[in-house]
Amino acid sequence: MESFLGRYRNLIILVLVLFLQVLGLAVQVKTGAGEKAETRLIRMWAASAITPFERAVVWVQTSTGNLWHNYFYLRGVRAENRQLKEQIEQMRLEQVRLTEDAAQARRLQTLLSFKEQFVSKTVAAQVIGTAGSDLSRMVYIDKGENSGIGPDMAVITSDGIVGKVLLAGPNESRVLLISDQTSGVGAILEKSRLQGVLRGSAGGEVMLERVMSDEQVQPGETVLTSGGDQIFPKGLPVGTVTRVSSGKDLFLDIKIKPAANLAKLEEVLVLTEKQERQAVAEGPGRVRAADILAQRLPSVPDKPAETPAATGTAASSSGPANATPKPNPPVAGSPAGAAKSASGNSALRPTSTGAAAPKTTSYSSEAPKPKPVNPAASEQKPPKPLIVEQKPVPVAPSADTPQPPQDNNSPQ
Amino acid sequence: MPITYTSGEQLEVYRFSIPVTIGVPLLALVVQAYVPKYFPGFAAYVDLPLLVTIFFAMARRNPIAGLITGAVIGLFQDLLGHNPIGIYGIAKTVVGYGASSLGVKLDLENAGARLLVTLGFYLVHSAVYFTVARGLVNSTQHWSLPQGILAGIVNGVIGVLLYFMLDRFKQRT
Repeated sequence: MESFLGRYRNLIILVLVLFLQVLGLAVQVKTGAGEKAETRLIRMWAASAITPFERAVVWVQTSTGNLWHNYFYLRGVRAENRQLKEQIEQMRLEQVRLTEDAAQARRLQTLLSFKEQFVSKTVAAQVIGTAGSDLSRMVYIDKGENSGIGPDMAVITSDGIVGKVLLAGPNESRVLLISDQTSGVGAILEKSRLQGVLRGSAGGEVMLERVMSDEQVQPGETVLTSGGDQIFPKGLPVGTVTRVSSGKDLFLDIKIKPAANLAKLEEVLVLTEKQERQAVAEGPGRVRAADILAQRLPSVPDKPAETPAATGTAASSSGPANATPKPNPPVAGSPAGAAKSASGNSALRPTSTGAAAPKTTSYSSEAPKPKPVNPAASEQKPPKPLIVEQKPVPVAPSADTPQPPQDNNSPQ
Repeated sequence: MPITYTSGEQLEVYRFSIPVTIGVPLLALVVQAYVPKYFPGFAAYVDLPLLVTIFFAMARRNPIAGLITGAVIGLFQDLLGHNPIGIYGIAKTVVGYGASSLGVKLDLENAGARLLVTLGFYLVHSAVYFTVARGLVNSTQHWSLPQGILAGIVNGVIGVLLYFMLDRFKQRT
């Protein structure tokens, strides 16, 4: 017996070590430990051993880069500054238009008693490392529980969603990317309003699943979060459709190019607080001077006699409201409609067909004109109804989600 | 005594200082976790912890030391990911045992032999990893042989360079 143990000692120890690891795997699979409490502590210890080095490397790299870019390499800064100033001017004009759109959407949400989910607090964090394996697509960030980060919090960049917090330690967290096979995000196609589930593939691609093969999905279509996963607020950009092919089980294979560059993440935002509240229309305190002016000056006459009962909810406004002979009715949730209502005269806006189409420069010259039938201004006129037709909408619209014109009413 | 290319008495057994024993695997894990932040393909084609496992196992020529080195490095790698702990551990345990057993019988000091051994063990590692992942954990991860061979060659080339660098830390027993 002793000679047997001595002769096969190495092999016995190998089998023993393998057996222990298989046993550990079996326990994890049976209890579904994965990232749960059973392995949480030991995973955090391992991360604590690695992340200080990664932090140091990131710090050195950032410091060197900052020193170079902020003090030495300043070539082209003047030109860039001038360009940025022009960009700010353009964005200010765009902001005015978007504010109108958002205000109108909020009013409609109030009328329809929708609840909106909005991001109330975020924490900026820096990506300091990865899992080091293409079979485990996740990154480490340099903020943890001490910064208010917890599991299942959404992680985004200014371009789009990135993933969710899987595990949060005191000073670092693990973020599961949307390209991982085990991730799942509720998503919706912007134009067709088809909903699906976003998953990562084995090759690291992002796929939209659970869309029936008889649906029409076009490459180039934008994908947004649907809010159905209770992690990501609705309306955040996910990416664009790059390829559509028929898959198995009557579903389409839709490949998505993520809006955020998951391959080179530097800084991210963690949504530490999101609130759900009843949409509240803005009060008269937010009305612009131009709107008040438009209210006082003579405008296109309303016909209150035709819509005496339509001043209440949207449901009661379907009949007579549609017959209101307004030349520029504010179209619910439609950027075109909002743009019209802001400018007051569609003839002054030749390209008011979408959110991106109108030239903001022409908008700025038209905005102060005393003719607009502004939504805010129209809301203050008691007899004037807001035209909303109750059509079945697949998902609740929010201020972040542009609605297709066909989902809303159009002048008849 | 089995017939080998080099007799056991002629082979030198090396040991390493404690800082090297701890620091080199730790550095390999840090680099493996950090570089994919800028080069995502790095994680798909390079496995530095595996190369370090093979190097230490072959240099020590002790199967028990080799399998323990592999198990520790592999388990640590598992801890950094989100998959169940033990998949990399099992794969690297097998590789550590195999590399040290081979090191007992063969002299693996030249570059060609090292490249071939690294390529072979990379394929063994991948095969064990995916077998365990699919068989025990019910993972849907798939393995591509052409990509595996390409990654094995890449690892072999990097391994040869790395081994020559790490040879400086060898200490004769």
